[in-house]
Amino acid sequence: MIRSHVLICGGTGCTSSGSKRVRERLEKELEAKGLTEEIKVVQTGCFGLCAIGPMMVVYPDNVTYSHVTPEDVPEIVEEHLLKGRPVQRLFYKEGEEKADVHGVSSLSETNFYKVQKRVALRNCGVINPEIIDEYIARDGYMALAKVLTEMTPDDVIQTLLDSGLRGRGGAGFPTGLKWKFAKASQNDQKYVCMNADEGDPGAFMDRSVLEGDPHVVLEAMAIAGYTIGSSQGYIYVRAEYPIAVQRLNIAIKQAREYGLLGDNILGTGFKFDIELRLGAGAFVCGEETALMTSIEGKRGEPRPRPPFPAVKGLFQKPSILNNVETLANIPQIILNGAEWFASMGTEKSKGTKVFALGGKIRHTGLVEVPMGTTLRQIVEEVGGGIPNGKKFKAAQTGGPSGGCIPAEHFDVPVDYENLAAIGSIMGSGGLIVMDEDNCMVDIAKFFLKFTVDESCGKCTACRIGTRRLLEMLEKVTSGKGELEDIDKMEELCNYIKQNSLCGLGQTAPNPVLSTIRYFRDEYIAHIVDKKCPAGVCKDLLTYTIDKDKCIGCGMCAKGCPAEAISRTDYTAPGHKLASFAIDASKCVKCGACEGTCKVKAISKK
Amino acid sequence: MKTLAELQAIREAMKDKVSLRSGNQGVRVVVGMATCGIAAGARPVLSTFVEEVSKQGLSDKVTVTQTGCIGICQYEPVVEVFDGDKEKVTYVKMNAEKAKRVVEEHLKGGNVVHEYTIGESKI
Repeated sequence: MIRSHVLICGGTGCTSSGSKRVRERLEKELEAKGLTEEIKVVQTGCFGLCAIGPMMVVYPDNVTYSHVTPEDVPEIVEEHLLKGRPVQRLFYKEGEEKADVHGVSSLSETNFYKVQKRVALRNCGVINPEIIDEYIARDGYMALAKVLTEMTPDDVIQTLLDSGLRGRGGAGFPTGLKWKFAKASQNDQKYVCMNADEGDPGAFMDRSVLEGDPHVVLEAMAIAGYTIGSSQGYIYVRAEYPIAVQRLNIAIKQAREYGLLGDNILGTGFKFDIELRLGAGAFVCGEETALMTSIEGKRGEPRPRPPFPAVKGLFQKPSILNNVETLANIPQIILNGAEWFASMGTEKSKGTKVFALGGKIRHTGLVEVPMGTTLRQIVEEVGGGIPNGKKFKAAQTGGPSGGCIPAEHFDVPVDYENLAAIGSIMGSGGLIVMDEDNCMVDIAKFFLKFTVDESCGKCTACRIGTRRLLEMLEKVTSGKGELEDIDKMEELCNYIKQNSLCGLGQTAPNPVLSTIRYFRDEYIAHIVDKKCPAGVCKDLLTYTIDKDKCIGCGMCAKGCPAEAISRTDYTAPGHKLASFAIDASKCVKCGACEGTCKVKAISKK
Repeated sequence: MKTLAELQAIREAMKDKVSLRSGNQGVRVVVGMATCGIAAGARPVLSTFVEEVSKQGLSDKVTVTQTGCIGICQYEPVVEVFDGDKEKVTYVKMNAEKAKRVVEEHLKGGNVVHEYTIGESKI
């Protein structure tokens, strides 16, 4: 008889920090202690607090352990699982300033979880994603059963319309409307597609849903199939997500065995099956027409719309394409009703949104908050603020298609309309926090480099326009920029936006436009003063040694990879050894010397 | 192929097992499982509580967990029952048979089994 469950995160974050070895060690220890009949080890999906992985949660005690190593396992088994004394030294401690010897033992007590509202992530970190029965225990496939036995396709569409659910992939198109258009198209064959081609740098929301709760998207796709009149679904997922792919395959196999996919589902006569298509990781394949072209086995390039996919999509048949997070919300909406969902969020943006928090933030990880939560709450309360006492400068949302939100808009409630109004986008949910050490011109350059690499090359505006734009940014960061370049860049940005064929090109200039809008002074500093205020752009930096502070220890010279540091003839008053100096012509500005100096005599300007 | 009834049956059967992870705040049964408790036979007491609570369909309301030594080693195995604001009940010198009775009469029936409590114990 099982008396306790030990949950170990098996998401990508914790797997890379070693959760698999922890699990194996735990299974071995339990075996040795003869506890396998009493204690169950459960591999789950992401808990959200990737920064403190590998994570372990022990129920029913509800104790959370962070940074667990295989060496900690014998102590946990002996002390906690056998004798009931939780190992306090491994408790998760929230924020350095609040850390005390007891830490926080229960996750629900933490600020990280208090503000959160988990709908799309409700099973992540709770169930074992590889066991269909655990999903069923949490009302899994009940929404599909309800739809098949009690609802007409029009009822489903009306429920989605009433709920106010909008596409979580970034554009925010009402999901119910999308399904309605596809249902209205007459054809012998229609397709349901899921977009799991999550490609923004720093985004991992969809991956976490697929890894932690793969059945929820299968169920939602079957509901979509019933609604629009389709018998075949395709999941387009990138091959770089091996754990997600593996768990989707397991889930599809289990669902088929249970007759929840295939012919005559639940004895109702409804037929629906799902196949996986692995993408090679091209960013453009996240665009709907390019994605469908890629599923067809052709080179992933977009095509002009109309015709829209609801009329002519995959294999020229009416199709819908929904994002992972959008679908993950749907079974809950069916079971709890449209009103329940619409009660969360703001006037035009209902429900919750999952964000992947990254960058200069204490709790790197995955969070889900109601729409309308302010950026300040997300960053400071949920995310635990910015480490090392630095100041918040901006948050980047929407990845390469989005923009930066400066500190002056820190209190804006996050929803589709508000973010668009301040020049960014909701995007799929990547949220990268930046502090005073980040150079905004460099950030714009980083995202533009990405889009230049990822542009498929089909249309000129995107292919050549983004490259010229990147060259202008490089001119600025290398100190060769002129003031008129800013206006030229803005002009080119608008040209690219208006003339590109697909969303990739239409949104590619956003990082540049929003940084010019809010951080024009930084551009001017690079151009006029030839300085990078954040000290990032190497061409504009010089490292110098204060000859009167230098004690002549020579540590900097030893660590210099370019041999640019040598001893001078000058000995500062009161010092025994002659000081060192940097030869600016040899210096590669790596900054290695700055860290080695004990007396902080080295500075960058 | 599963029918809707079969699906619901799986859900009911699995619900108890997964509800362990909700960290619910109902009645908590805490079994002393330090060295002294284990030596005095706390293991069968703990497993009996877990089994009986599930058998009686109390899993939604009752959490069974273990704790360390509470300092009255001569009374082990010790079991404490916490129920909201009510005064905690401490059972001493427990065994599997007594545990069954506690689940039946106290956890299910709501009547404390006074003869097993520390106040009644004659030492």
